[in-house]
Amino acid sequence: MTLNRMIASDAVKKYIRDGDQIALGGFTVNRNPMLIIREMIRQEKKKLYLVVHSQGQAMELLIGAGCVRRIELAYGGVARFAPTGYRFKKAFLEKKIEVEDYSNYQMTLRFMAGAMGLPFVATKAGLATDIVRLSGFPTEIRGQGKVPLHKLKIMDDPLDPDGGQVVVLPPLKPDVALIHVQYVGDDGTCRICGLTFADIEQAKAAKTVIVTCEEIVPADYIRREPDQNSLPHFLIDAVVQAPFGAHPTACHHFYDYDPMHLNLFKKMAPNDDSFKKYLDEWVYPFDSQEDYLDRVGIRDILKIRANPALGYAPGLERR
Amino acid sequence: MENYTATEIMALSAGRLVHNGDILFAGTGLSMLAATVAKRIHAPEAIVFFETGGIDPSLDELPLAVADPRVMVGTSVNSGLADALSLLCHPKLRTIAFLGAAQIDCYGNLNSTLLGSYEKPRQRFPGSGGACDAASMAYGVIIFMQHQRRRFVEKLDYFTSPGWLSGGDSRSRAGFKRGGPMAVVTDLGVMKFDERTRKMYLDVYYPFTNPEKIMAETGFTLDITRAKEALPPSDTELSILRKDVDPQRLILGPVPAMIND
Repeated sequence: MTLNRMIASDAVKKYIRDGDQIALGGFTVNRNPMLIIREMIRQEKKKLYLVVHSQGQAMELLIGAGCVRRIELAYGGVARFAPTGYRFKKAFLEKKIEVEDYSNYQMTLRFMAGAMGLPFVATKAGLATDIVRLSGFPTEIRGQGKVPLHKLKIMDDPLDPDGGQVVVLPPLKPDVALIHVQYVGDDGTCRICGLTFADIEQAKAAKTVIVTCEEIVPADYIRREPDQNSLPHFLIDAVVQAPFGAHPTACHHFYDYDPMHLNLFKKMAPNDDSFKKYLDEWVYPFDSQEDYLDRVGIRDILKIRANPALGYAPGLERR
Repeated sequence: MENYTATEIMALSAGRLVHNGDILFAGTGLSMLAATVAKRIHAPEAIVFFETGGIDPSLDELPLAVADPRVMVGTSVNSGLADALSLLCHPKLRTIAFLGAAQIDCYGNLNSTLLGSYEKPRQRFPGSGGACDAASMAYGVIIFMQHQRRRFVEKLDYFTSPGWLSGGDSRSRAGFKRGGPMAVVTDLGVMKFDERTRKMYLDVYYPFTNPEKIMAETGFTLDITRAKEALPPSDTELSILRKDVDPQRLILGPVPAMIND
């Protein structure tokens, strides 16, 4: 199989349409698909419908740039750098986005159900809470497009008379999954190092999968240790080589999260004018990853470069 | 004047609740300190894992996020959310989850989602993350809170994570197989839950405060009749916490002037 290798702008142009339901890979400060996100903002994608578990930096940028209409999520924050995402919070309070709250396990199970072709999935997690009692989406959008007819349903365990109540959840089948990985073979086989979060489930559930990666390596190299591989080549629609493509979030064994940049973002994100300035300085001007990395600067890049034995940057000033 | 900070006695008080062999579902911040200090002092076989999928990492450096690459190193297994979160409900494990929240009620139910309502929101927090899952499925939960009247409320604005629901046996009647909050560790003391009513009561108060002050900072009626003064941190505990666990004071924060007085 030949690799559908593309540059970010072509991949976004070809595969992402306004209004699409998009699963974002990574988790808060780790392996966010940032290169693709910046490109989506440059191409002014609109009315996106995000489906995520715990999303941080990628979601912050997309919401802040006005690309997002609707989100199903479990958590919106960038860890210590923004315990609640600034742009997420502001858009929610100003009602610029529609938000439906689930839990991490629920969202993961929903991706898994989508990936496995299950009509629904049941769990005990969330019983009796407002997560199962209340809906953040307006009633009139229920059942339209990708919005599930029911957020979830509570029912008695249909199999065990002593099982009590269960939460029945709809599967997720996003239009597009965006994930950033360490290695892709030149056949398309993907390898994620460190934790996979729910990236594998998200990719398998999606109609289209766009992968950005640190390195493209020969197929016979990545197939030498197939036990380490995460996704088979034929599920991947487009591969974009993106060195430091998750920056300012981390990519295990390649680089740490960038506390300098995340602290800068923390300063610029809360206010509309300074956030616009952030986009003007860090997103709009760069149509290549090289130019973006030039702006980050070799000094900061060396600070976050991972120690090969540890996978992170030991002693990094992280306050 | 005490020779320790509120953050230090909180971490140590929570650490004292950990049993050797417990499987600890940790967040970051105080829960990392509590778990690590317990492992170094009295629970060397306790295991820390993260909802992101890092199972029993070496934690040579303190992670600042559950997705920090520092939770992926020296692990027994690196996995993902589905694997890690499903460990919470494994019946043979005593899984203890550390959780924080914006609001708590007298039965240990938690809000980490919003103030106001979806229709008229006044404030937004990140949301459940894995908190609702841990509160639903873990063997037990230890909660960290800042002890303030606006956080200890009669009624939650939004009910994110299940505690003892409406008390008594309501939790098991709702369909939960096990679990429930064990303790609430605040900057003033440690609260526990009555075995029968499942209502919160004051178990211990720190030496620098008193039950009346804690009652005044609690927005519901708090039983203080069982309250005892907490043992102050020992020199060993403080030294392990400061020199071993968080030497950079990433979570402990700056050394306050009073310690040097």
